[in-house]
Amino acid sequence: MSAVPGPRTPLQRQEAELTIADVAVVIVAEGALLVPSENALIVSDLHFEKGSAQAVRGFPVPPYDTAATLGALTRVVERTRPRLIVSLGDAFHDVDGPCRLTDGDRATLLGVIAGRDMIWISGNHDPVMTGDLPGARAETMSLAGLTLRHEPSRGQARGEIAGHLHPAAVLRNAPRAVRRRCLASDGERAVMPAFGAYAGGLDLAHPALRPLFNRETLVAYMLSDGQVFPVSGKRCL
Amino acid sequence: MHPAARPPAIERSEITALPAPFDAWFKTRGWAPRVHQLALLDIANAGRSALLVAPTGAGKTLAGFLPSLIALHQNPRTTRRRGIHTLYVSPLKALAVDVHRNVEKPVEEMGLSIRLETRTGDTSAGKRQRQKVDPPDILMTTPEQVALLIASKEALLLFGDLKRVVFDELHAIEPSKRGDLLALDLARLRRLAPDLVTVGLSATVAEPERLQRWLVAQNSSRNSAEDMADLVVGPAGASADIRILDYEDERLPWSGHTGRWAFEQVYRSIRDARLALVFVNTRAQAELTFQALWDLNDDGLAIALHHGSLETAQRRKVEAAMVEGKLRAVVCTATLDLGIDWGDVDLVINMGAPKGASRLAQRIGRANHRLDEPSRALLVPANRFEVLECRAALEAVKDGKQDDPVIRVGALDVLAQHVWGMAVAAPFQPDDLYAEVIEAFPYAALDRQTFDQVVDFVATGGYALRAYERYARLKAMPDGRVRLANPRLAQAYRLNVGTIVEADMLKVRLVRGRGQTGGRTTGPISRNGRVLGEMEEWFIEQLTPGDTFLFGGEIVCFEGMLENEAIVSRSFDKDPKIPSYQGGKFPLSTYLAASVRRMLSTPSEWTRLPSQVSDWLKLQQWKSRLPGLDDLLVETFPRGDKNYLVAYPFEGRLAHQTLGVLLTRRLERARARPLGFVANDYAIAVWGLGDMGRLIGTGRLSLSELFDEDMLGDDLDAWLQESSLMQRAFHYCSVISGLVERRHPGKEKTGRQLSVSTKLVFDVLRTHEPDHILLKAAMADAATGQLDIRRLGDMLRRVKERIVHVELDQVSPLAVPIMLEIGRVSVGGDASESLLADAADDLIREATR
Repeated sequence: MSAVPGPRTPLQRQEAELTIADVAVVIVAEGALLVPSENALIVSDLHFEKGSAQAVRGFPVPPYDTAATLGALTRVVERTRPRLIVSLGDAFHDVDGPCRLTDGDRATLLGVIAGRDMIWISGNHDPVMTGDLPGARAETMSLAGLTLRHEPSRGQARGEIAGHLHPAAVLRNAPRAVRRRCLASDGERAVMPAFGAYAGGLDLAHPALRPLFNRETLVAYMLSDGQVFPVSGKRCL
Repeated sequence: MHPAARPPAIERSEITALPAPFDAWFKTRGWAPRVHQLALLDIANAGRSALLVAPTGAGKTLAGFLPSLIALHQNPRTTRRRGIHTLYVSPLKALAVDVHRNVEKPVEEMGLSIRLETRTGDTSAGKRQRQKVDPPDILMTTPEQVALLIASKEALLLFGDLKRVVFDELHAIEPSKRGDLLALDLARLRRLAPDLVTVGLSATVAEPERLQRWLVAQNSSRNSAEDMADLVVGPAGASADIRILDYEDERLPWSGHTGRWAFEQVYRSIRDARLALVFVNTRAQAELTFQALWDLNDDGLAIALHHGSLETAQRRKVEAAMVEGKLRAVVCTATLDLGIDWGDVDLVINMGAPKGASRLAQRIGRANHRLDEPSRALLVPANRFEVLECRAALEAVKDGKQDDPVIRVGALDVLAQHVWGMAVAAPFQPDDLYAEVIEAFPYAALDRQTFDQVVDFVATGGYALRAYERYARLKAMPDGRVRLANPRLAQAYRLNVGTIVEADMLKVRLVRGRGQTGGRTTGPISRNGRVLGEMEEWFIEQLTPGDTFLFGGEIVCFEGMLENEAIVSRSFDKDPKIPSYQGGKFPLSTYLAASVRRMLSTPSEWTRLPSQVSDWLKLQQWKSRLPGLDDLLVETFPRGDKNYLVAYPFEGRLAHQTLGVLLTRRLERARARPLGFVANDYAIAVWGLGDMGRLIGTGRLSLSELFDEDMLGDDLDAWLQESSLMQRAFHYCSVISGLVERRHPGKEKTGRQLSVSTKLVFDVLRTHEPDHILLKAAMADAATGQLDIRRLGDMLRRVKERIVHVELDQVSPLAVPIMLEIGRVSVGGDASESLLADAADDLIREATR
């Protein structure tokens, strides 16, 4: 049966607070993580120019992904006004990505960064970066006692925030399954959702993701329609 | 097929005109060629194309090949002809192989030196390579192989001498994307071999003209006077002996689709037959029926199961056992609908309503491939409405009536694939390719502007933002021709050819249970077990560990996902917890719907119905009223704490589901506070908090506005943004058109986050280029396919000013079946966010407890 959607509550669920290794952070609906104590904004797996990367291979998927991703990023940055932006790796879909940026997109990106500190953490898609975008490069970094890196480390990793895996949760045990990208955290560590417009997702139940978390305390912060829905991990595994 | 399996009915003096080996071959068997076989020969001699319409068992295959065999006998291969003489195209690999066997036999018996070969996806690479250099006289293959061959360098060598193309089961291929691609391929074959003629073999169809046109060049300057193939109608078979199952003392169910009430009688019918085919409409129904028959199988009859999700090896085993006569019954889905002879079937049982007259006729034709013996068929209606439908279908088959053809025009995504392929074959002049394409029947009305858009799409994606000029797949040459930009793209084309896009399937692996606690086993999941088959990912996604469902004829328990496999164990439950029934796969045909409406509105016809059904209709007449032939009956009534609105459009489940979504949107705006809806093939029920009956009665809600055609405008558009059906349609178009890379089976699911999700592409494209050609293609598919918008539009126009409202104080007899479906059938709704909100609230409750 299909229920009729109720009235929307745009602001109520625009963000959700959580703690990772006792550090208070905020996940915002676009899929970025705010660390208020440092006034820092973390985004992961932007995958800029993924569309054109396909086109280079002979599959001309629409070229609007970079602009769409930048649009969402601009929105978050204007709303949260961070001092520091951290890209958690795979900012570009491939190493040639920066060279394929259109002039307009490049200007938008520079505008977002302007007046803020920018740190590009290396990812597997962009181990090196061509082009001359402002900001510092790093493999890992510490922020407010948290460790930021692209690929999650195996085993326990208290206070780690990583990306790479593009977690998506499937809400089961509901009238029908709902699949959305999510931030996954058990309170000890977190894996961030991919921010890029064309970035697909990997199920929380996947063996690459599942062992990273304590099942009992895992929460999937599912992102849907400009809102954040914290859902018990038990309903998604 | 049995070529001329029986002595002919008619002798002809012209028989002497056959060359000696042929004449002798017929005579030694005491046969003579049949009239339609000779007619095809005459047409071939006149250099014309033909459509042969005949039932199974009429010697259609031999008729199709006889002119080729004679021509090849009289003009054996010379150095002048190196290529293929006759190309045979079948929708099924197995049919091509089967026909090869059946034609090779007479060729050997006549001692003809003619080389016949098959070429399918299963043919070894070595043989396929050899065929390109040294082609056979007759090649038997599938549409996908034809597409690959005409895009190859050897196309001219292979097809330059082509004389005849035989299309088998043309009625099944034509109204589909595969038919579109094949028509385009045929247009190219005509360019390679301008003198070729075609032969279409078809079951009886309502409008043979469509197929007659399909077979020859349209818009052609050369033969504009004759843009239709000649029609040859084969002998009618003995009329079928069709019965609707006796109800005896059974109570006919009000709703449901399983036919559970009739299993015992079905079992008895199987026992009395030699080999019975039990057709069902969905895989889940196949599973259920198979299991039920085995529960009753005290005689230990060999009953097998055949459907598309079983392992291929297992299906082949069942097919072989049928041919060897080892089986007594096979429960099957549409996988056995088409023309292969698997053994000596003497009874066809159709579980549930047949949904279409033509499909029923085709299925009945599976029994007894002999013209002079009637086919025997048994129809098993699953509920009261289906009794009406079975009766309508039975009469349609008796009267030789067919369903109206699905009117469709050539799909643009298919054209895009073809344009890519033609660039792979050789550089092309757009003017020439356009002229070639509009010779293909499905594209006869294609305008030049749309064609150019498709070419532009193939080149760069065709976006307003010209971002991809640098990466274009097609490049213009100084002489105006267009060429492939990079040879790598030829390989990419070959990997992406074809119009069949498989749903994402997951392997289902059976492991040993580990002691069950509450239905679910505990401990780590092992993966030491055998693979049962595959299942659609969307089905698996909705399961929770511990859920039980039917698969491979047994009830299994879902243990969980392990990488890309669904792990299940054997369950001891008596009934599966998750009914995977998704409603009949095929919606009720327009023809049968009209027949059912007529039957309902003509009480004098009720005498032919079982008394349970006619009593029910009389009761409806008394308590409410009956739907008229051309109007739309709408009933409103309260029940419990809700109010219901039930309408009876009889337009099939798909159109009704679309209607349901749009109606609830409008009722929401009218403040009728709708809560949900449910749809089946006959009716739709909407429920809500507002008193819809009173709103209508007092004029505050206008039914004619509620059912106005304009719902197909903005409301539809708004819904499509979120509709998973539309996303799926777009996904298929993206793959077929070559926008995204086809995912090949075997690729690990871990690669998924790296591939481009077409859902995300769809969202981006809708935002930035709502008029993009691929969105148009997806919309066209949805309109005729899963959303059935065209049919809904036809209905809304038909009932304009003819909506009859009856306000009742309780549920009407006719509304009972649809009311019983509430809670049983779930319609994919739009309330994802409210589901997520509920789940989020649960977490809060859990946290604050």
